[in-house]
Parts: sequence; structure tokens; C-alpha cells
Amino acid sequence: MCTYLTEHLDMTGSGKGPGNWFRFTEALVYYDHPQDAPLEHSVNLDFLAPGEGPSARIAIEMSPEAARAVANAIMATLASFPGQPQTAGTPAR
Amino acid sequence: MYDAMISETVMFPAHGGDGIEGYLARPLAPGPYGGVVVIHHMPGYDAATKEITRNFAAHGYLALMPNLYYREAPGASPDDAAAAARSRGGVPDDRLVGDVAGAASYLKALTSSNGKVGVIGYCSGGRQSFLAACSLDLEAAVDCYGAFVVRTPPEGAPLNVIPLMDKVGDLSCPLLGLFGNDDQFPSPEEVDELEQALKAHGKTYEFHRYDGASHAFFAIDRPSYRPEQAKDGWQRIWTWFAKYLAN
Repeated sequence: MCTYLTEHLDMTGSGKGPGNWFRFTEALVYYDHPQDAPLEHSVNLDFLAPGEGPSARIAIEMSPEAARAVANAIMATLASFPGQPQTAGTPAR
Repeated sequence: MYDAMISETVMFPAHGGDGIEGYLARPLAPGPYGGVVVIHHMPGYDAATKEITRNFAAHGYLALMPNLYYREAPGASPDDAAAAARSRGGVPDDRLVGDVAGAASYLKALTSSNGKVGVIGYCSGGRQSFLAACSLDLEAAVDCYGAFVVRTPPEGAPLNVIPLMDKVGDLSCPLLGLFGNDDQFPSPEEVDELEQALKAHGKTYEFHRYDGASHAFFAIDRPSYRPEQAKDGWQRIWTWFAKYLAN
């Protein structure tokens, strides 16, 4: 299927692409056809810097199980550091 | 039999007069041949859809696949272009129609054209194939498991995708539909609903629904590939286009 469902986040961070490190300004999260992963559907993450062209992109495709594991690991990591926001809010710039 | 063919990237005028890229594959003999506009799936203007385009040329058609994401990402790799297009909300319907119209005109202008053009699309391109056939004067159309022809996308979908049931009466040409019975987008119930609407409007159509197949069963590079169903589907496509596009 084409789920079309896409979470679109305006956020800033750094990622390393095919060339070098760049500052991304958008993140997309969606469950749809992968480009490469040997799965019918995958959880896909794109970190983009549209101002630097379409190739300024970090792309990740994972199974739902792997995506949950990563998400849980991120939450566990944040929870282990007092003073960090424990709920979703405005992405830090 | 002389069976040489050529495939190459071309630029052609599309929606709004924009010059966009397309992948053209055609037999080198003088013809005349029917034309096919190939609409790529959501993952984009990729190697697999170029192979499909060449397959049409190998079977005696002039085939042109527009790069629907060219405006967002000229020169980018297909996957980066698909991500850029998704980030900007996808391909607007009016732009899609204009791009297919431009591709059809390009094919008709080739000296080896017989003046007939059809359209085929896969996945999101299945819906777009139906949209083009309801918006343009074409000779034949094929919808391979296009979703959201009948129903509205799930809430929260960011793309500019609306159902097309109000356009069924405008369908300009015979429609071949190929669907997997395990697919949820479109579901078998949606396929039923589309078929009823086509019947009600007295349209010429033929639907084939495959057990044991879900979405994207033609995609040979994906786990969803179903060789038996895809082989039968290709035969249906060749028969359909031979009937309506060949001389």
C-alpha cells in the first residue's frame, strides 16, 4: 500500500550525508514502501535540509520492531538524565 | 525481425509550460506504433520503472515516463527526489494531468507514432492513471492497484489526494484494472465500488483481481512480487493495449 501518512517535523540537528556533515531543518517519519530495505513496508525517517538541495538527506528504513526499539532506547536515554524534558514539546533548536 | 530499440532521457514541455525530464523508450523501426505514458509509483522515477518503460518498447510501443518529481529535485537520485516531493506534499492533481498531457503530445509528435496514446500507472500512479484518463482524451488506460480513487485517505495524510468518484462519468477510454485481493489500499470493497460506478456510467472496463496478491505485486525488486499473478497481469496489459492502441 501507499500509506501517504507522514509525520512532518520542523527541527534542527546535524547529520552526516554522502558528502559531509550538514544541518538538517526537517524530519519526516512515515510507514510506507522502502526504497532499499527488503520489506513490504518499513518505518522510514528522512532528515532533510531543503535549502541545500534534495541530496542533503539522511535516510533510514527500519522494520516496525527496530523502530520501536530505537524509539524506546531514545526515551530510556532521555529518562536517565534528570533535567531533560520528559514529554514531547517544541523541538529544541 | 528488426528489434532494435533506444532508451534515453529527454526533456519535454509539461504542465504550465515547464520543461521536465522523461525517460523515453521506443523501437527504432519506422512503426507506426501506439504510445504509452508510464506513471511511476511513489518511490519515484526509479530503475524499476525505467525497466517497465523499456518493456513497453520491447513490445512495440513508444513509451515515455515523466519524472513527476523533476521540479522538486532536478538531477537528484530517485529516492532523494521522492523524499523531497513527499516533504512538499506530493504531486498536485492538476500538475499530474498537465504532465501526462505533455507526455502524450510528445509521443504523438514522434514520426513513428500511430496517433494513439494510452496511460498506465502503478501504486499512486494507478490513481493518477485513472485521473489522467478522466481528464484527457486518451485511447486506453490501466490502473494497477491505485488507492484513494474511491475513498478519502486516512486522517492526517499530508498529500493532496482526494477521491475521484465524481470523475467516473468523464472517463474518456476503456479502463483495465489490476488489483490484489489482499490489498487494503485499495481494498476489495473499494474495487467493488469503483466497478459499480463504471457499470452505472456504462463505461468499458475490465477488472482482474488476484488471490494471494497484495499491493505492488508487479514489483520484481520487492517482497510483494507475485510472479504468477504479475505474469497474468502483463498478459492482460498486452492484450488491452493491442486492442486499443495498436493499429
